[in-house]
Amino acid sequence: MKKVYGSAADALDGVLFDGMLIAAGGFGLCGIPELLIDGIVASGVKDLTVASNNAGVDDFGLGKLLATRQIRKMMSSYVGENAEFMRQYLSGELELEFNPQGTLAERMRAGGAGIPGFYTKTGVGTVIAEGKEVKTFDGQDYILERGIFADLSIVKAWKADETGNAVFRKTARNFNPPAAMCGKICIMEVEEIVPTGSLDPDTIHLPGIYVYRLIQGEHEKRIEQRTVRPRAA
Amino acid sequence: MWDRNQMAARAAKELRDGMYVNLGIGIPTLVSNYIPDGMSVTLQSENGMLGMGPFPYEGEEDADLINAGKQTITELPHTAYFDSATSFGMIRGGKIAMAILGAMEVSEKGDLANWMIPGKLVKGMGGAMDLVAGVGRVVVVMDHANKHGESKVLKNCTLPLTGTGVVDLIITNMGVLEVVEGGLKLLELADGVTEADLRAATEATLV
Repeated sequence: MKKVYGSAADALDGVLFDGMLIAAGGFGLCGIPELLIDGIVASGVKDLTVASNNAGVDDFGLGKLLATRQIRKMMSSYVGENAEFMRQYLSGELELEFNPQGTLAERMRAGGAGIPGFYTKTGVGTVIAEGKEVKTFDGQDYILERGIFADLSIVKAWKADETGNAVFRKTARNFNPPAAMCGKICIMEVEEIVPTGSLDPDTIHLPGIYVYRLIQGEHEKRIEQRTVRPRAA
Repeated sequence: MWDRNQMAARAAKELRDGMYVNLGIGIPTLVSNYIPDGMSVTLQSENGMLGMGPFPYEGEEDADLINAGKQTITELPHTAYFDSATSFGMIRGGKIAMAILGAMEVSEKGDLANWMIPGKLVKGMGGAMDLVAGVGRVVVVMDHANKHGESKVLKNCTLPLTGTGVVDLIITNMGVLEVVEGGLKLLELADGVTEADLRAATEATLV
């Protein structure tokens, strides 16, 4: 079965529907599936729930889907970089479910591994624990968190072979593997599709079993906080 | 009183050779400038990296290499990268020996509030709740009072909590306090600060 598609629009054809749950990889603007986000903007699909650590910035990443009002709800750990997000949230147009960052990552990993719930000590005694089952193990309290089972995962890797075996680069890996795992369907975009057999099987970060469709394209890879040090004189 | 750099230098004295440590944003980031020569400390960045290096030289920034504050950084010879679930697995699993974090309020029971002020813009907790719940030791570095002059070292936190009973050591511009049974124990006073000064500026019970 062929996994390689020619464009984001081709790869997204037939998998989008209003009200769906999408898990997206990326941390800040690092390692985000920018081509697929553009494709979803163009599709016009709406009432989306998006599980993603952050919500992009106003004119890049998931911020584009907020600008077009295609997102109804975000599941995130930190959303401080996006003014339009804040405007929609404070006016009640956008629903927001805060998740501690590690809980969000584990909810994705668990969903992808067929685990519907798990107990964690993260958030015990805080607002995050409200309404959640508390269970004591060996004298310590833990709260029940649910696995995320997304309708669609959109992720970005550095390279993949034609079967979807993927390699990430530096900290652009972040949420991409757990996000990829938790979708019924996962579409991956990469900077380069390489011939099958050219990647060392021992260095694959995400095996192609998780990848249903694959596209290649040019990435802007915008830097959010460019920080440098002076060269020694 | 200590300034930001003196507080960071004092926090660095908590480091031990071979430690894996997570530094928060703000004053905690400065702690990396005071790691003693010859001591090997590995810094974790919770977005998926162990062995965080300094900021890059201009022109050498890499969009694929950032820290948890989204700043461009560099790698070191012993750097390793991993995904976010693995990163928080090592945090929640207690493999990170220590986190040094900023705070809005700390209580005498070691409760910590550092993510949300009701009525103000809420940006989210990021990885703070996972860190304080999971790491071996939590060291807070902050000013002793807020900008209105009110103590941030309290009997009970008033702001929404990041974690309960999680703080081990508090380093402020006035001194160093350890969370012990029944309250806080004064370990050290900053330059020019008397015990009476610190007691007057502290709402929490000192034992």
